[in-house]
Amino acid sequence: MTVAKKRLLGLVLSTFLIAPSVFAGEITINSDHSDPVPKKAMGDLIAAFEKANPDIKVKWNNFDHEGYKAAIRNFLTADAPDVVAWYAGNRMEPFVKAGLFADVSDVWSANGYDQQLKAAVPSMTIDGKKWGMPYTYYQWGIYYRKDIFAEKGITPPKTWAELIAASAKLKAAGITPFTIGTKALWPTGGWFDYLDLRVNGYQFHMDLTAGKIPYTDPKVKAVFEKWAELVKPGYFIENHAAIDWQDAVPQLVQGKAAMYLMGNFAVATMKDGGLKEEQIGFLPFPEITPGLPRAEEAPTDTFHIPAKAKNKEDAKKFLAYVGSPQAQSTMNATLGQLPVNNQAEKPKDVFLEAGFTMLSDAQGLAQFYDRDANAEMAKAGMEGFQEFMVKPDKIDAILQRLDKVRTRVYK
Amino acid sequence: MSHSATQPPRRSKTYREGLTPWLFLAPGLLMFIIYVLLPIFQSIWISFHDWDGLGEKVWIGLGNYRELLDDDSFYVSLKNNVIWLLLYLLAIPAGLAVALFLNQTVTGIRLYKSLFFFPFVISQVVVGLIFTWFYAPDFGLFSKLFEWLTGQQLAVLADERYVTYGIIVAGLWPQTAYCMILYLTGLNNINPEQVEAARMDGAKRFKLLWYVVLPQLAPATFIAMVVTVIGSLRSFDLVSIMTAGGPYGSSQVLSYFMFEQALSEYGFRMGYGAAIAVVLFLIMMVFISLFIVRMLIQERNA
Repeated sequence: MTVAKKRLLGLVLSTFLIAPSVFAGEITINSDHSDPVPKKAMGDLIAAFEKANPDIKVKWNNFDHEGYKAAIRNFLTADAPDVVAWYAGNRMEPFVKAGLFADVSDVWSANGYDQQLKAAVPSMTIDGKKWGMPYTYYQWGIYYRKDIFAEKGITPPKTWAELIAASAKLKAAGITPFTIGTKALWPTGGWFDYLDLRVNGYQFHMDLTAGKIPYTDPKVKAVFEKWAELVKPGYFIENHAAIDWQDAVPQLVQGKAAMYLMGNFAVATMKDGGLKEEQIGFLPFPEITPGLPRAEEAPTDTFHIPAKAKNKEDAKKFLAYVGSPQAQSTMNATLGQLPVNNQAEKPKDVFLEAGFTMLSDAQGLAQFYDRDANAEMAKAGMEGFQEFMVKPDKIDAILQRLDKVRTRVYK
Repeated sequence: MSHSATQPPRRSKTYREGLTPWLFLAPGLLMFIIYVLLPIFQSIWISFHDWDGLGEKVWIGLGNYRELLDDDSFYVSLKNNVIWLLLYLLAIPAGLAVALFLNQTVTGIRLYKSLFFFPFVISQVVVGLIFTWFYAPDFGLFSKLFEWLTGQQLAVLADERYVTYGIIVAGLWPQTAYCMILYLTGLNNINPEQVEAARMDGAKRFKLLWYVVLPQLAPATFIAMVVTVIGSLRSFDLVSIMTAGGPYGSSQVLSYFMFEQALSEYGFRMGYGAAIAVVLFLIMMVFISLFIVRMLIQERNA
């Protein structure tokens, strides 16, 4: 038999044998690492995994970030890959409840991740089982202009009274204290979360976002009363409802505003805008109710195994690898975010280091309003927050409307 | 024997008048049934359920519709749809005005015509983005102009009082161009003899336009009306691009409300979305039936 004939035979055979094309040792990963930096981090992760497991081949389908949110619902039910990227907390809950994610508690216990990934245990657990593998998170907090603060003689506020005093001083000097862009709604969630975490504490906030507490509760109203102390004197930039979060950054860069409550990803945009590292300061959200244990916002990104995955064995190997200290160190060095594994190398970036210290002794980690609350509730809630930031006097009507949504959604 | 001799021609006759048209219609009809008719009935069926698109459908009867009647966002959307419908019709006289203006022979008129037609050629998404920048506070052309004139800042897209009108203006830009092109073709077909005759009889300006030109443009007006009414009810892309329904839902329209409830990141209420779609469908049905009835009457008369 000549070589050509052999090839032909091989071709014919392979066409006939196309059905079991997913041979053991191949896993398919669907993810939404479409931006340049996450794409590189993910590519490196896969390469390193294949090197460590030469018998496993990875097929990676990279989706556009927005399209992925709709696509995942289709491919989880129809043609499930072996590993999917998603988010922790209540964001994964619908898939867990619909039986579309597989229980991976054994991967955690076999690798000692219950200890190493302790920070993410609450947000990965539903019904006492773990449903995925966290690989990165990042902190939220107030980023401020160090040079402006120094010029006006303001020390970074540690309490609510100090924050109000600093804001008044800035406003008097013609600088808007806070910049924000609420067109996409979610930036308002950061404010609500932090105010609620500082006024009422972690457990209350979790109960509220889980729908156990009515929005008409006086304790919820107290949160908005604190918020109004910033909204009513005009401590936020005008017209924030017309702009996106990136469009709010120039205000900070041009010195028209001095503070920005945001996730750590905003630092890159600030630097792109022309701010130097020494001009940017980071401060944890100030204390409001004295003595309340400090909880922070730290949205976590995760990998999961679909219940209908064809090659769960190798998918679990991938999850185990993603959880490991070395994989998380490398990946997060590229991402510019924090590793969840507490054995991983500490980040070298000054803001990440500040975040790492802040998160490591936090009492609890919230995932962000639109991940902790049910999706429908989140949408209505954030719309209400936006309306409140424009018309603070309508608070009672807004809260009543939110509670109407809550009673319907969490029935 | 004679029996069998008469049969073939008769069969071929039934073939010609009975089956053949259907055979030719079949591909189109099949597509129409699969992609238009069936989804309509499916939507209506889904609208009676509570369904997140993943789990089991739960039959709740008219529950979705009952909730709709108690939903403030629904009334906001409905109100905005009415505003859209009324103001969008302005595209027809505006398009006629531009068409009359451009219907002359000057050097380079083709270039001017194409420039006026340009907004219809570019995608609605691009139109939305252009107008978003136009209205943008601090650096937008409109904002700068407004600030220069009044000394105040106005963020059109962040103000619930003006946001819908701001988006409609953006929508009128391409729609006017569309109506213009319809009228330009209409003007080409005008009988010059009639105009001549009217001129001789002393008809001038407005009278000439109203009694001689416009009646001849009736078919163009009819088509312009149909596309504008349906276009206004489908207004989705501009709302999605420019405000995503905001601020706090005040620029919602039914089509975007439906998308948001059923398909967006925060939605996946398929039943509720379907119920909104059914309401929108019924509203459209009123207009579509009116147009179809008119068209049938015209065809019968012709």
